[in-house]
Amino acid sequence: MNFAMIRRTLGFMLLFLAIFLLVPLVTSLIYWEKAGLSVLIAALLAGGVGWLCILKKPKKREIYAREGFVIVALCWIVLSLFGALPFWLSGEIPSYVDALFETVSGFTTTGATILPTGEALEALPKCLLMWRSFTHWVGGMGVLVFVMAFLPLSGAGNLHMMRAESTGADVGKIVPKMRQTAKILYLIYAAMTTAQFLLLLCGGMSVFEALNTAFSTAGTGGFGFKGDSMASYNSYLQIVTTVFMLLFSINFNSYFLLLRGKCKDAFNAEVRTFLLIVLGAILLISLNIFLTEGYGYGFAEALKDAAFSVASVISTTGFVTEDFNLWPTLSKTVLVVLMFIGACAGSTGGGIKVSRIMVLCKGGIYEVGRMIHPKQVKKIAIDGRKLEHEVVRSINAYLVAFILVYVISLLLISLEGYDLVTSFTAVAATVNNVGPGLGAVGPSGNFAFFNDFSKLVLVFDMLAGRLEIFPILILFSPRTWKK
Amino acid sequence: MKIIIVGCSEVGQTLAAKLNDDGNEVTVIDVQAEKVRAVSSRYDVMGVVGNGATQATLQEAGIENADLFIAVTDSDELNLLCCMIAKKESDCHVIARVVNPAYSEETAYLKERLGLAMVINPDFATAEEIARVLLFPSALKIEPFAKGRVELVSFRLQKDNLLVGLSVKEAMSKLKSKVLICTVERGEEAYIPSGDFVFAEKDVVSIVAPKREAKEFFTKIRYKGHSIKDAIVAGGGAITHYLFEIMERSGIAFKVIEKDEALCEELATRFDKVTVINGHAGDKNLLVEEGVSETGAFVALVKGDEENILFSMFAKEAGAEKTVTKISRIDYDSVLSKLDLDTVVCPKNITSDIILRYVRATGNAMGSNVETLYNIIPDKVEAVEFIVREGSPIVGKPLAELAFQRNVLVASILRGKTVIVPRGQDTIEVGDSVVLVSMGRSLSDITDALKE
Repeated sequence: MNFAMIRRTLGFMLLFLAIFLLVPLVTSLIYWEKAGLSVLIAALLAGGVGWLCILKKPKKREIYAREGFVIVALCWIVLSLFGALPFWLSGEIPSYVDALFETVSGFTTTGATILPTGEALEALPKCLLMWRSFTHWVGGMGVLVFVMAFLPLSGAGNLHMMRAESTGADVGKIVPKMRQTAKILYLIYAAMTTAQFLLLLCGGMSVFEALNTAFSTAGTGGFGFKGDSMASYNSYLQIVTTVFMLLFSINFNSYFLLLRGKCKDAFNAEVRTFLLIVLGAILLISLNIFLTEGYGYGFAEALKDAAFSVASVISTTGFVTEDFNLWPTLSKTVLVVLMFIGACAGSTGGGIKVSRIMVLCKGGIYEVGRMIHPKQVKKIAIDGRKLEHEVVRSINAYLVAFILVYVISLLLISLEGYDLVTSFTAVAATVNNVGPGLGAVGPSGNFAFFNDFSKLVLVFDMLAGRLEIFPILILFSPRTWKK
Repeated sequence: MKIIIVGCSEVGQTLAAKLNDDGNEVTVIDVQAEKVRAVSSRYDVMGVVGNGATQATLQEAGIENADLFIAVTDSDELNLLCCMIAKKESDCHVIARVVNPAYSEETAYLKERLGLAMVINPDFATAEEIARVLLFPSALKIEPFAKGRVELVSFRLQKDNLLVGLSVKEAMSKLKSKVLICTVERGEEAYIPSGDFVFAEKDVVSIVAPKREAKEFFTKIRYKGHSIKDAIVAGGGAITHYLFEIMERSGIAFKVIEKDEALCEELATRFDKVTVINGHAGDKNLLVEEGVSETGAFVALVKGDEENILFSMFAKEAGAEKTVTKISRIDYDSVLSKLDLDTVVCPKNITSDIILRYVRATGNAMGSNVETLYNIIPDKVEAVEFIVREGSPIVGKPLAELAFQRNVLVASILRGKTVIVPRGQDTIEVGDSVVLVSMGRSLSDITDALKE
């Protein structure tokens, strides 16, 4: 285990955190808020500790898969520990565990909050609201990917870090050089965020609102800054947000391929399946709420709200225009299923990922075929490409680990004795990085009522969900730390 | 530079690693997914699984933007096919590895008609290196620079050599030779020695010298050398074939031991002067019978590395004066250097050196060009030859005034036909061919050697 390199990478990451904290700091200067002081202290602390960490140069620079995973997991934990400081120091969130929950929820682009919705949220200092949204943007594409784009870290180990931080089963590079790949991904990310920001400005949002919404959407996070999330905005703004939530949940490699003019490759099987699922879900839900009596939706309105909710949930953003907790059971069930499916691999969204679901379903179908022809040899193919056994195996293992984490978390949360819908969806909303669940943690509720232990379990779930289980689990294996 | 390598076997892997270290954008292609995964997770390169001779795979690897295409699979035909298709898809430079003598005799035709930039034959290149060592057996390795006018020679210091116990400064003033000491290897450490470095027995010393001076130098330091009159070669494969071709007029009497009858007949038909023996080189009695104890040189060229090492060690013990051992896996070179094997040749490294040299030379638009590249100590010290072009910032200044990086040494300057062994007051002029030795960094331009 190359501890020196781990320390050094953590140091660089903390320095970058200090730079990221400039965003809320500038906000606090613009609005002249006292909370800016706590941001400044946090930035100085992060910068100082980071600087101490990189002072001593490591003798050995090689890192391998093991170090790569540990670095990523530790980075996210340390990042959250320091990122929580502004909330805590300013006294706006008096409990450190709450502040940590909020920050982890931000970086992992979950969007689950312990802050009460309504006016209390709007009373929060603007700089802290900005920091909440900005953590989404930073966490969406990955902090280490960002660090990699700017700093020449040691060669080959980078790939392991990128693998651990990016979403999806089979993370590949789009150009041969890691740094180049990281830069291209961030450029696409920044360009799309800017596009959304401008479109929102056109729709009449203020700069502060548009920036916040764009950051939240880009990371598919879902922290709002208004008491009613997106409900009070006009249809134009809601539709723009719907479209961008979907855009950010598509594999970024597709955009790169589009830029290269390879339309056919860009619309691969995963993207097509994702869009099909979205369309199907929107139709189902809009018909359901339109036809069920007592909701009083016009069809257009039903379509719009269903589209927004579906986009919000499948992209694992978690913005709301309508309290879907009040919708008919069928609609709610569809939304919960969407939470688990999640976005495309290689996007900023969470969930199990469409590509994994595709492989799992095909695997299940082939298994049935094998019952009929026990000696049949068949390989799972996606986009006409036969998948290696290795990939299929890792996806199966992922599902098992996912379910294990899910079940254990659910048991631990149930200790508190809240109803099953609340407990079940609280875990679902965090481990899939969605944000709001159903019941008490629904769009109009929040996570504040859980005790500290449950909150820490959910913090773990959010991290495990964002890093796709294994990098976090590896920290708990004693073999990882053996010399 | 954007480079595509087809074939992830040993040569492909070595190339991917070295080209990536040099800062190129490398994409590797292989049909075997696990090989691609192994390479792309160890180095910062992109991997594509597929047949490198199909247009779809090449497209996926980004052939249209590639600058260089290298096909080094184990099959000659596949390599040539890959190159043909690559050439049709883009106007990149293409390099093919071709081993079969039937094809490599038509190198010129292939280069012209298929538009290949280079046809590389690892076996032939290896045979060339062995030939050089056999002609100058005092050396462990010889590498020609400046079109053969300057040589880089490595040798192991013997017990009663004059140098042992002297410092570099003392040795140079005592010998008054036009020779420059480049590097010294002691155990696993490598040094670019300063004036007060003291030589010890068993050090492997590399010198740069004008061609004739090297032999003189060896007499001066009382190095026990000899010239080779006969040699036994174990294994009759392609390298052996090429070696005999190169050495046909050398006057060395060759004897080859090969167990495959067909190969023996082929060799016997082609080379009248060579004694071809059909037998197993692992048969100790056969080796003794054929006079391994009196032979001038023993060259082990059978397939297995372990066998080659074993044969050479036995030959050395039996009394062969010089042994040459072919090894495919050079990863364990630190262990090998302890075995006293004399010369070790590694086709994989020779191939990648030649291709690297080409890459650095073409990837270089500035004041000078890489002409020759040679790894004195693999992965540690390399010697690079540059031609100095107009506009290079180093022209005309005395060497003592140029701020060179640490562990960089100007080893020789060739101006016209005169070889200068550089001292502080010498200058580098336009058109000179300069050999630089550098430790721990790769140079692709002469300015890389200067402090920033």
